[in-house]
Amino acid sequence: MNLPGKIKTAATHFHNEMYDGAGAPYFHYTAYADWLASRSSDFMQQKQKEADTLYARHGITFAVYGDEGGVERSIPFDIIPRIIPAAIWKKVSDGCCQRVRALNAFLKDIYHGQEIIKAGVVPKQQILGNKLFRREMQGINVPGDVYLHIAGIDIVMVGSETFYVLEDNLRTPSGVSYMLENRKMMMRLFPDLFATTPVAPIDHYADVLLDNLRAVAPPGIADPTVAVLTPGSYNSAYFEHAFLAQQMGVELVEGQDLFVTDNTVFMRTTHGPQRVDVIYRRIDDDYLDPLAFRPDSTLGVPGLFAAYRSGKVTLANAIGTGVADDKSTYTYVPEMIRFYLGEEPILQNVPTHQLGKADELEYVLAHLSELVVKEVQGSGGYGMLVGPAASKSDIKTYRARILENPANFIAQPTLALSTCPTFVQSGIVPRHVDLRPYVLSGKTVTLVPGALTRVALSEGSLVVNSSQGGGTKDTWVLEQ
Amino acid sequence: MLSRAANNLYWMSRHIERAENAARMLDVTYRMSLLPYRVLERGQEWADPWALPLVITGLASTYYARYPGKLASDNVMRFMLLDATNPSSIYSCIQTARDSARSMRGTITDEMYQDLNDFWFKLRSFDNSRIQSGVSEFFDWIKIRSHQFRGVTFGTMLRDEGYRFIRLGTFMERADNTARILDVKYHTLLPSVSDVGGAVDYYQWSALLRSVSAFDAYRKIYRDAITPMKVAELLILRDDMPRSLHTCMNEIYEILRVLCDASQREAERLAGELHAMLHYGRTQQIIEFGLHEYLLEFIKGIGKLTDEISKDFLVPVYPAHAIRTVAINAE
Repeated sequence: MNLPGKIKTAATHFHNEMYDGAGAPYFHYTAYADWLASRSSDFMQQKQKEADTLYARHGITFAVYGDEGGVERSIPFDIIPRIIPAAIWKKVSDGCCQRVRALNAFLKDIYHGQEIIKAGVVPKQQILGNKLFRREMQGINVPGDVYLHIAGIDIVMVGSETFYVLEDNLRTPSGVSYMLENRKMMMRLFPDLFATTPVAPIDHYADVLLDNLRAVAPPGIADPTVAVLTPGSYNSAYFEHAFLAQQMGVELVEGQDLFVTDNTVFMRTTHGPQRVDVIYRRIDDDYLDPLAFRPDSTLGVPGLFAAYRSGKVTLANAIGTGVADDKSTYTYVPEMIRFYLGEEPILQNVPTHQLGKADELEYVLAHLSELVVKEVQGSGGYGMLVGPAASKSDIKTYRARILENPANFIAQPTLALSTCPTFVQSGIVPRHVDLRPYVLSGKTVTLVPGALTRVALSEGSLVVNSSQGGGTKDTWVLEQ
Repeated sequence: MLSRAANNLYWMSRHIERAENAARMLDVTYRMSLLPYRVLERGQEWADPWALPLVITGLASTYYARYPGKLASDNVMRFMLLDATNPSSIYSCIQTARDSARSMRGTITDEMYQDLNDFWFKLRSFDNSRIQSGVSEFFDWIKIRSHQFRGVTFGTMLRDEGYRFIRLGTFMERADNTARILDVKYHTLLPSVSDVGGAVDYYQWSALLRSVSAFDAYRKIYRDAITPMKVAELLILRDDMPRSLHTCMNEIYEILRVLCDASQREAERLAGELHAMLHYGRTQQIIEFGLHEYLLEFIKGIGKLTDEISKDFLVPVYPAHAIRTVAINAE
C-alpha cells in the first residue's frame, strides 16, 4: 500500500500515534508499518469486510437509545491496531492503579469518618450535596473495604508522552467485551502479525475478574457463588453482560431470578433456591431495590439493600460510587492521591472549570466556542457541547441550559486528541482515539495489559462514544 | 440452572416445533384443497379443510374475530403464516423462539444462535405474495429449518440440563400436536360412511399420514390399505414412529426422570402415568374406549403435565418452609 506519503494530515497539530511529522513511523510501529506496506488495499478491504460480517453474524451488538430503527447494531470495528509501547503502558497502568486506590480510599472515607472534609481538601457541599452521595451507605463496611471492583479510566493522549485522564467511570463501566472480542477478531484475521509482534495477552481478564469477585465474598463463605445481574436483553450492553457471565462461567441473572429471605439472596433454579454471595451488578443504584431506592423499579430485587447492609451479599461495584465519578468530583482526584496515598499523581487531569463558581462561569460563557462543556452527572457522550464543532444556535441553546443550573456543568479546553490511522472507505486516514483501561480490585488492584480504544470515525470528530457513532480498535500493548 | 433460563429454552424449542407443525398442517391442507373435493354437507362446514388448522390449534374464534364472514383460504394462510398479531403464526413462533435464544446467548451454543438468528432474518424477508408463488416450497423450507436447528442442537450442545429442557419442549409440543391432528382428522374423516374405501377417503388418510411424515412408514409396516385403526396404532402406540405419542412419551418420561433426579415431583409421576398408558396400551382397548375420548384424555394429561413442569421447574413458587430449610443448610 502507498502509505506514509499519502496519509492525509489535514490537522497537523494533532499528534499522530503512528507517524511522526516527517511521515516516518515511530519505532514501536515500524514492524506493523512494514507489514502494512506489503499488503494491497484490496487485501485490507477484504479483511475489513470479513470482520464486519463476523461481528454481525455473531450478534456482537449494542443498542442505541432513542433510535428505533437500530435496536441492535454491530459496533464498527477498525482493523488497524493501536499500538502502545511498554514504557508508556507502564505509566498508564501505574497511574490508573494509583488513581483507583485513591478513589477507593475516598469512598471508604466519605462513608465513614469523612476525614477529607475535616481536612478541608474537598468541600463538604461537594459531597453531601451531591445527588449521587448515598446517605444509606454511611457506616456500612464492605468486604475488604473494596468499593471499586471494576473501574474504567478514560485517557486521552495529546503528545507521544503527554496524556490526561478525561474521566473516571466508577459505576458500571462497559466496553470490556469489545476489548476482548477485538483481540479475538484480530488474531483470526491476522495470525501472522501476532507471530512476529510481542503483543501482551489479555484473555485472562475474566479469570482475574472472577478471582477478585470471589475474594470479596461475605466472610465465612468457603465456595462463594457469583452471579452477573443484568437489566435484561433490551439493555444496550446486554451482549456484554451475557459475555462476561459466560466467560466467568457464572449465572447471568435478572432481578426476577433473585429473591431475598432472612436477608439472604437466592436464585430461583430448577433445583430450588440457591444462595448467591457476590453480585456483579450492571444495574444502577437507583434500580437495585424498589424497597430502598426507586419504588417503581421492576429491574431490581426487593430486600437486596437490606441483605447488603447486613453483610450477607457483596455488590460489585458497591452502592454509592457515583459520587466519586461525578465530573465535578473529578477535579479533586489529584488532591485525593496526595491526601490518602501521600504520592504525587502519575496521571494528570484535564484542567477543568466548575461552572458553579462565579468567576469560572463568566470565563466559560465568554469562551463557549472554544471549550467542551459537559453535565457533571452525564455519561455516554449525551448532552455535551463541543464548542469548536457547534453552530451558533447550538451554543445559544446550550448557554440557556447552563444558566438554568450552572453548578450542573463543567467545562474543559478542547484537547488536541491524538489520532491513529484508521481504515475508512477513502483509505487509511487519521482519526481521533481515546483509551479506556479496566482496573480490577479485590485481592489486589491490577489491570490486564490492554484497553478499549475508541475511535471517532467521522472526519474531525472528537466524540468517540459508541452511542455517538464511534468505533473501536484492538489495542496492543507491547511486551518490550 | 436458573428457572428463567430453563423456561426460555423449553419455550424456544416448543415454539420452533409449533412452527414446524403449523407448516405440516397447512401444507397438507393446501395439497388437499387442490383435489376435486366434495361439496360440504350442511352442518359440516367446520370440516372444510381450511378450517382444520384453526380447529386443531384452537384459534378459530381468534381467526373469525379478525376475518369475519366466509372462510377464505388466503385469509387462513395469511393468519397462520406471517400475521404478527397471531401469537401462534409461524412468524410469531420463530420470533418468540429467536428472542428467547437471544436472551440465552450464554447457555446455547454459538452455532445454535447463528442458525436461529439466520432463520428469523430470512423468514422476516418473506411477504404473502412471495409465499403464494411457491407455497409448498415455503412449507418445506420451514420444516427443513426446524430440522436443521434440532440437528445443530443435537450436534453441538453439551448434554446438560439446558439441553434436556430443549428436548423436553420439542416432545411436549409434538405429543400435543400429533394427538390433536389425529383427533380432528379422525372426526372429519368419519362422517360419511359411504366414502370408506373411496378415493377421497384414501387421499384424506394419506394426507394425514404425510402431515406427520408417516406415509412411507405405514406402507413399509402394514403393506395394506389405509384403515383408521392401523393409522391410530401407528401414530399412538408404535414406539418406532418418531412422531407417535408413545415415542414422545418415552422421551418426555426419560428426560423428566433425569431432571427430577431423586426429588419426588408431580411432573415425573404424571409423565410416568401417561407413559404407562401408551406403553401398555392395546389398539383394541383404545377403539373400545373411543378414539376421541382416548385422545381427549391424553391431550388433557399433556396440558396438566405442562402446568406441573412449569410449577416444578420453570416458574417455581417456593413455600416459605422450603426456603428456610435451604437457607439454613447453605450457611
